[in-house]
Amino acid sequence: MIQHKSDELLPSQHQSHKLLEELHTTYLKRQRKHRSHVFSVQMALLVVFFALWEVAGRLKWIDVLLFSYPSKVFAQIWRDMISGELWGHLGVTVGETIVGFILGTLFGTLLAVVIWWSPFLSKVLDPYLVVFNSMPKVALGPIFIVMFGAGFTAIVVTTLSITVIITTLVVYNSFNEVDPNLVKVVRTFGGSRSQMFRKVILPASFPAIISTLKVNVGMAWVGVIVGEFLVAKMGLGYLIIYGFQVFNFTLVLSSLLIIAVVATAMYKLVVYLERKLLKHR
Amino acid sequence: MVPVVELKQLTHVYVSDRKASLAVEGLDLAIYPGEFVSLVGPSGCGKTTILSMIAGLLTPTQGEVLIQGQSVAGPTPEVGYMLQQDYLFPWRTILQNALIGLELTKRLTEDNRQRTISLLEEMGLEGTQDGYPSQLSGGMRQRVALVRTLATDPDLLLLDEPFSALDYQTKLQLEDLIAGTLRQKEKTAVLVTHDLSEAIAVSDRVILLASHPGRIKRTFDIPEHIRQAQPLLAREQEGFNELFHEVWREMESSEHAD
Repeated sequence: MIQHKSDELLPSQHQSHKLLEELHTTYLKRQRKHRSHVFSVQMALLVVFFALWEVAGRLKWIDVLLFSYPSKVFAQIWRDMISGELWGHLGVTVGETIVGFILGTLFGTLLAVVIWWSPFLSKVLDPYLVVFNSMPKVALGPIFIVMFGAGFTAIVVTTLSITVIITTLVVYNSFNEVDPNLVKVVRTFGGSRSQMFRKVILPASFPAIISTLKVNVGMAWVGVIVGEFLVAKMGLGYLIIYGFQVFNFTLVLSSLLIIAVVATAMYKLVVYLERKLLKHR
Repeated sequence: MVPVVELKQLTHVYVSDRKASLAVEGLDLAIYPGEFVSLVGPSGCGKTTILSMIAGLLTPTQGEVLIQGQSVAGPTPEVGYMLQQDYLFPWRTILQNALIGLELTKRLTEDNRQRTISLLEEMGLEGTQDGYPSQLSGGMRQRVALVRTLATDPDLLLLDEPFSALDYQTKLQLEDLIAGTLRQKEKTAVLVTHDLSEAIAVSDRVILLASHPGRIKRTFDIPEHIRQAQPLLAREQEGFNELFHEVWREMESSEHAD
């Protein structure tokens, strides 16, 4: 009897299972369609932008000397790639950016740790951090050049002057926003301040630290390009300032385009890293 | 018999920018091995303050806390503390969460690790140890928090409204589990709760506190047959309702007096 009943049940169970699967497939399909729709509009915007730019340049709607147009820009990039000139500049700039980016995040986080460790120090330093953060640090560039010589070190230090304090402020803030109850768990076991930091504060602030990485990618590029404006004989910032001085705006725009591409690639890398590291949150 | 916890003329004053206020005044209390004692009372009676002082998280302004006859100066491994919510670390696996106390007290041996794993199994959490807290229900998470507290093998457990964030059904199940586990392991426990029926169902003794400042108003000894029953069944025992109303009336009268 029971056997018979379950036999009767099976087809309907099978049917409802099939229905669920169908619904899920339709949902996935719709999602995929939506994503591809967004992507195609994005691509279309890009194509329209470049096409308009090209037409406007060729028909002299815009001043070609100032704004150039895409085919000229791409031809410039292609020439520099073939002649090999581009790679040296690109390598120098990317190197400076990565070093500035990593050191900026590292020093900023370390400073935040020091301040967290001593609440007294944090109260003392608070107004100085705020003032220093709102100061245009780029103006310190000339001093760095005299101190470290016109080159790699001065450029990295210029970048650090931009990234370190803001990193400190953001990371320190996230240390303070960790749920006090998680800290209480450690305290109930008699944990020390160093254990409190290693077991709770640091891992809990990981998302904030990663998100400062995202901000710092942009900051590092600004720092490096400004640094190169001031001192360099190499790098994309140098190409921009050189193009500007010889009135070759095609060179300026092609350098900007390359920066946009490489900066986006770095940003994507950080996003990928974020997804890997924060899988379980 | 040496009491597990002894409070002697315990007084605590909170000082803020605006004023200094008396939270707890002149509290005397002794709790003996294996006892399950509940602290109940209106808000502002200093329940959590008392628990924090027993745990060594707060220093009494006057008087002292003795654990096994020793004066308390800070958190000790003999005392386990269970918070209102699980507060599991989301970046740690269930097992890693359960082991945090052993890590912090530097007692993470292979034996202790195995013991913690079997504790997880005892609590019906087998198969979850490599998962993350976000994958567990509220009741399961609070059970992990219980394992985390028990893993360091404390003699005394302080329970700070550990059931308050759970839905009713889960709460009843967990009361049974915790009361049963603590009785079986012969732990001493102090429960802070605002739920009178919970206090009566799980305890040997219910201490009613009065507020502003916190002090003991009256102590109720729970009759043997209610004590022996599981918390869920205790609620159906003869005399339970009468006791509930007696505690309730006493608490009401103290609130009106304030």
